[in-house]
This record gives sequence, C-alpha cells and structure tokens, in this order.
Amino acid sequence: MESLQPISGLWLLITMSLKVTIIFGLVVLVVAYSTLAERRVSAWIQDRRGPNRVGPFGLLQPVADGIKNLLKEETLPSTASRAFFVLAPMFVLVPSLVTFAVIPIAAPLPTPVGVVDMIIADVPIGILYVLAFSSLAVYGVVLGGWASNNKYAFLGGLRASAQMVSYEVALGLSLITVLMMSGNVTLTEVVWQQQQLGMWFAFPLSLAFILFVISAFAETNRLPFDMPEAESELVTGYHTEYSAMKFSAFMISEFGHMVTASALMATLFLGGWDLPGTWDDAFWHEGQLIKGFSQDGVAVLANPAWWKTVLTFCGFAAKTSFFMLLYIWIRWTLPRFRYDQVMALGWKVMLPTALAYAMLIGSVILVLDEVGIRWGFSYGLALTAVSGAATAGFIFFLDRGRTIIGAAGQSRQKVSISGISQPATAGD
Amino acid sequence: MIEVLFYVFAAVALGGALGVVWAKSPVGSLLFMVATLGSLAGIFVLLEAHFLAAIQVIVYAGAIMVLFLFVIMLLNLGHDYQRDLKGGAFALLSFVVVGLMAGVLARQVGRDSIPELAAGGQAIDAALEQHGVVGAIAQPLYTTYVVPFEITGILLLVAIVGALVLAKKGS
Repeated sequence: MESLQPISGLWLLITMSLKVTIIFGLVVLVVAYSTLAERRVSAWIQDRRGPNRVGPFGLLQPVADGIKNLLKEETLPSTASRAFFVLAPMFVLVPSLVTFAVIPIAAPLPTPVGVVDMIIADVPIGILYVLAFSSLAVYGVVLGGWASNNKYAFLGGLRASAQMVSYEVALGLSLITVLMMSGNVTLTEVVWQQQQLGMWFAFPLSLAFILFVISAFAETNRLPFDMPEAESELVTGYHTEYSAMKFSAFMISEFGHMVTASALMATLFLGGWDLPGTWDDAFWHEGQLIKGFSQDGVAVLANPAWWKTVLTFCGFAAKTSFFMLLYIWIRWTLPRFRYDQVMALGWKVMLPTALAYAMLIGSVILVLDEVGIRWGFSYGLALTAVSGAATAGFIFFLDRGRTIIGAAGQSRQKVSISGISQPATAGD
Repeated sequence: MIEVLFYVFAAVALGGALGVVWAKSPVGSLLFMVATLGSLAGIFVLLEAHFLAAIQVIVYAGAIMVLFLFVIMLLNLGHDYQRDLKGGAFALLSFVVVGLMAGVLARQVGRDSIPELAAGGQAIDAALEQHGVVGAIAQPLYTTYVVPFEITGILLLVAIVGALVLAKKGS
C-alpha cells in the first residue's frame, strides 16, 4: 500500500537531490535543444533546410556547438575592466537557471515511502522568488556592456536595463490579477485554484495573459523587443566583445530565460501541469493530499498515481513547448520596434492598461463575492465575459483600424504626400 | 545547518559592507553592496521572513541599485572624485556613528534573554499561521496602519513630482 503522507527524513534528502539533478539537467538539455529548434524553425519559416549535418536531423548540433565554444580562443579586450568583464556572464547565467526551482512540473508522485511533490522548492513566496531573480538578471547585461569599454556594447547594456526595468512594471501589474484570483503567491496554489475554477486563467484573465506575454517578450529581450542587441545599429549589443564560452553563457542565459518564462506563462495562465477534467487534481491541504471539496465543504482525498504524474508532466511540457515555439515563431515573423516605440508601448499603453485592468478585475471579484457566487465554473464564466470585453477593447485600440476593418479600412486611409516639402529642382 | 548558513550569510554581508568602503571603483562598491543586500535577504529567509527577503531583493538589489548603477555609469565616476568622501570631518562622524551602534549592540548582547523579543516572536508565529507569509505583513499594513501607509505613498508621490519639476526646469 502506498502511503499518502508527505515524504520525510532521509528519503526527503534522497528525492530532493534526485529532483534537483534531474530538473536542472532537463532545463539545460531543453536550453541546448532550443538553440537547435530556433535554427530549424527559422529555416522552416524561411524555406531553408537549417543545420542538418551533425547527427540524424542535425540532432547533435548543440553538442558540436558546445565543443566548438569550449575550444575557441577567448579574447579579453585590452581596454576592458577585467574583473567585471569576467563576472558579467556569471551574473546573467545564474538567475536564468535558478528560477525554475519554484515551478511545479507535474502532479505529485506517490511512492512506497510517501508522496513526492514534483517541484524542487515550494517556497512560500513562489512567484516573488522568480521576480527577485529575474530583476537581478539586468546586472549581467549592464555590466557586460559597461565592462567591454565599447560604445555599442555600452549602449546595448543601457537599452537592456531601461527596457527590463520598464517592462517589469507591466509584468508585475498584470500578475496582480492572477494573485487576486489565486489568493496566494505560491505557484502550486495558482495551479490548484485553476483546477478548482474549472478553467485556466487564460480565459477569465485574458487581458492579463496578453499583457504578461508581451512583457515576458520584452523581459527576455526577444524580438520584436531585442533592442539591446539590434544588430543593424549596435553590432550585437552588450555581448559584442565576448567570445567562446563567455559568449555562449550569454546565449544559454537568453534561452534559459525563454524556457523559464514559457514555463511561467504555462503555469500562471494555462493551468501548469493541469490537464482538462478533475481526475488529476491534487493539493496539500492541512497535511492531506486532497482533490477538492464536496458541496458541504468536506475535503475529498486525491488518489495520485504514477501514470497521472507522467501524463501531467507531458501536458506541462507541451504547454511550455508551445510558448517556446511562439517565441521563435514571432522572432522570425515580426520586424523590430524602434526604441522610442518600445518605451512608449511600455509606459503609455501597457502600464495604464495593466493598472486599469487590475482595478476592473478587483471590482468584478468583489461584486461576485458579494453576490455570493461560488468559486467554480460560473464564477469563471462571468470573469471571462468581462475580460473578453476588455481584451476586445484593448486590441481594437492597439489596432487603430488597420487589421480588424481590413482592406476596406486601408483604402480609406489615403496617404497624403502634399505635406512633405519637395526639394527644389536645380535651376529654379 | 541553519547556524552554519547564518554565519556564511553574515560573513558575506560584513565582507560586502567592507568591500563597499574599500573597493577602488564605484561599480565595484555597488556590486559589494548588492552582495550585502543579497546576504541580508538570506538572513531574512533563515528568520522565516520570506516576504521581506523577496522584497529586499526585488526593491533594493533589483531596482534601486540598478538605478545607482545607471547614475554611476552615466556620470562615469571613479576617476577624479575618489578623495571627496574621505575627508577628516566625515571620518570623525562615521567613527561616532559606529561607536554608538556598537554600544547599543553590546548592551543587547550582554543581556541573557529579552522577554519582549520572545513575545514578539510568538505573535509573529501566530500571524504567519493565520495569514501566511505575505498576509502576515499585508494584514496589519492595510488595516491597522493603513493611514501611515497611504501617507508614505503620498510622500513618495510628492518626491517624484518634485524631482520631475526640478529636472524640467533647465530645459
């Protein structure tokens, strides 16, 4: 008989070490293969073949890249500040890899010695831990740019920090609605409340979802927000002077941030490891692993199983991969913003929208609670209706009559060139 | 284990604080400051004040120190101004402040146990049990102390508006 108690003692130590090793190894593996995925997907989008020489389908390309970067000569610019130049790649690498520790990746796994939670550290501050470490990532970027003593690198570093600080505000404010819904900051509880609601937060909080995705793109410095490494203006921005494994560290951290941000978006808005239906619901409530509450408020015990853990992990992996693919897809589809457009979008559109939306959702939650609607599907539907209206308004405002009205609208927007002063012709 | 971790964090915090003073370049000072703030956050975690630890890193290390870094880099300090803060009067003042601090600390260390602290610890445990890590701070902040909290907010707003007005004056 499998025990349904939380694991403890020596077994806790053993499972913990295993979890850390396996999850960390998995993240690094995913990072390595996402570099290959990016090149293959971009090739696919551009009707090329992409790297396909090393191993079957090019699957050993990340290994070849790793060996190449280890063996290449490392250059140290003579005018660079040596200590900071070496420190900067470490400062970007560590935050991008440790944030994964608080993200639950599957349903709890029952073993003969107790139930193992599929999360490295279920810290009580959950999402704040992620925010804390991602706010430290900016140091590596700025220091790398500054220590290189190269004006393009420096400009890239400054742009990166301004952009990351600006979009952190919108990111945090769009998170507030999720925290209001879940009533706690731990990611296990965020997943649990989505299971209880009967729908993923992407529907009742659709506008927050959109704002969060946009901010996450800006936070990870990916196109269309890759101003810090805009190659047509800044060579490659803050890592211009870096070579070999130090350059590789910047790349790994960029992809590490992408993996973490994708997993975070999947957890916050697509239910994390939750799969549709209530068969996989599980949450620690007063020392018991429960599945939900009956009508009169009595806890119903969950029955975890290893196949549920495997299936939910596959669900989580699929959701995370979807966002990874979205990152790559958008990078090879959209052109880059101008820098002033990035700042205007961040401060004049995202920030006010996120604030107004937090107010709106707060009031709707208050009204629903006052009316006495139970936390469940109808609660979610009411919020979905309100959020859908807000999202439609937001998209209509951003669109400014270009895509939604379509070609008919385009023909009305005649471009007047009479205002542009023509250069005087010679001889007048 | 916790005791060992405490000494590690305390050593890093003290070393970082010394580094802030001794570092040759302002950017070095700043990074030592970040190390100090980070290990203070670690000590907060050891005290089970998780929320304070997170806020310490997000606000101080992640936001305020980044602004410091910005200012240092934009002004390109650290070439001609190194002597400025090391004048005689300043040294005297810092010795007086440090002496006073050491006195207060020595007085507390000398006492065997502090009943107020023990009672406070029990109250905090009860609040943590009832409201959770974030709620234990949020509950008093938005109920008992909501007026001082709002006034602080207004004070910060006034400071921001004032800074903007001063910055706009020149142009």
